[in-house]
Amino acid sequence: MDWLYILMPIAGIKILWPGLIILGIGVGILGGFFGMGGAWMVTPGLNILGFPMAFAIGTDIAHMAGKSLISTMRHGKFGNVDYRLGFIMLGGTIVGFEIGAQMIMWLERIGEVDIVVRYLYLVLLALIAWMVFADVAKKKRKEREALAAGKEFDKLATGLEWHKTLHKIKIPPMVHFKTAQIYCSAWLPIFVSFFTGWLAGILGIGGGLIRMPALIYFIGCPTHVAVGTDLFEVMMSGLYGTATYSYKGRVELMAAMIMLVGAAVGAQVGTVATKYIKGYGIRIAFGLCVIGCALSIILKMLAKGIPAYGGLFNGAATVLILGLVSAMSIYIFVRMIAGARRELAAKKSGAQVSIDGG
Amino acid sequence: MSRLWAKIIGLGLLVGLLLPGIAAAAGPAADYLVLVADTRKLTGWEAWWANLYNESHLYFTLLTVVIIPVVGLCFGIIADIVMSWIGLDLKSRELAEH
Repeated sequence: MDWLYILMPIAGIKILWPGLIILGIGVGILGGFFGMGGAWMVTPGLNILGFPMAFAIGTDIAHMAGKSLISTMRHGKFGNVDYRLGFIMLGGTIVGFEIGAQMIMWLERIGEVDIVVRYLYLVLLALIAWMVFADVAKKKRKEREALAAGKEFDKLATGLEWHKTLHKIKIPPMVHFKTAQIYCSAWLPIFVSFFTGWLAGILGIGGGLIRMPALIYFIGCPTHVAVGTDLFEVMMSGLYGTATYSYKGRVELMAAMIMLVGAAVGAQVGTVATKYIKGYGIRIAFGLCVIGCALSIILKMLAKGIPAYGGLFNGAATVLILGLVSAMSIYIFVRMIAGARRELAAKKSGAQVSIDGG
Repeated sequence: MSRLWAKIIGLGLLVGLLLPGIAAAAGPAADYLVLVADTRKLTGWEAWWANLYNESHLYFTLLTVVIIPVVGLCFGIIADIVMSWIGLDLKSRELAEH
């Protein structure tokens, strides 16, 4: 079974390469579907495969940059990427990220980094999950009220509409974001991206997990445009992170390439699947992912807090994350295949009708 | 509207109060742990790559930052060709709702 292991030239360890491809496929699907880099799944996954943590983080960021480029190319063709919005948010993201990273250095010096990061992560995930499901519940309530009043329900209506309040801020320059169909002050995406970049810098993640819901609920992007634009941001911040971690000598390029083989396939599946699933379907699946991630963090905290059962809780956290990635990937894959078959069948019958009619 | 402005100004003042503390707490960065790749078992391009890593992190970084997007682009183009060959419409999306 030696052929299943490959020696990493920089890290100097042997890694199960099919595990890298499977991880790449799973994260490619989820990344292309939700618009995230997937650091919260990949970094622990690489660590489990045998990478030291610093290499796991650096290699993940490098692979994330490449994978996000593939997904952005696909989403761009669907018209899901607002490049103007993406470029405006870039500056805020990088500045916010650096300030967050500096705060981590400060927390490390005062010996409080672990506990602050864990609790902040948990609070943030709880808030995101609440936002998603409150939004879904509010939309369903509006639908019921419209039906009860005998009116037709507007399919473009949304649940939470915080972005409408934020769009009332008219500080110049005012910008029209054509693809996202938004007209607002440029300071709104700059401030939102600074805030999400700051959180990403503190939590050591790419930011997609936070930026995607921020684009939906604070800026008001339609879900598919939020996914595509977020992937564009992840790609840019991923390249920046790749440069930083490469310079520090913590990137195993060979592993990133192997993962990209899987991610190239997965990203296509995830991105094309967004064609066949409504925006709110994507939001609900995202909310479930966030809850799974939060539970995994709670299990890891319990492992630390109750050392007698540490092995059990750590194992449970690993099983939960891998199980969640697998279940979501399979669900998205199945929906994509079903949607693609319907589309091809419709194309074939449409072509048959025109041949017969002609 | 005035309540919204009051909240925004309040948040801005809070950030302003926190910033000096953050700046004061920031100090010189700690020294990084330097790793050296073991090239004894490596041959061919792997040995070359590991030697580049050992000799110059700058060139290693430059090559990495170029290789990742180029490989991503190549895989993206191949994926485009494969998906087009399957026959799916890759330029539009039916569902335009939120």
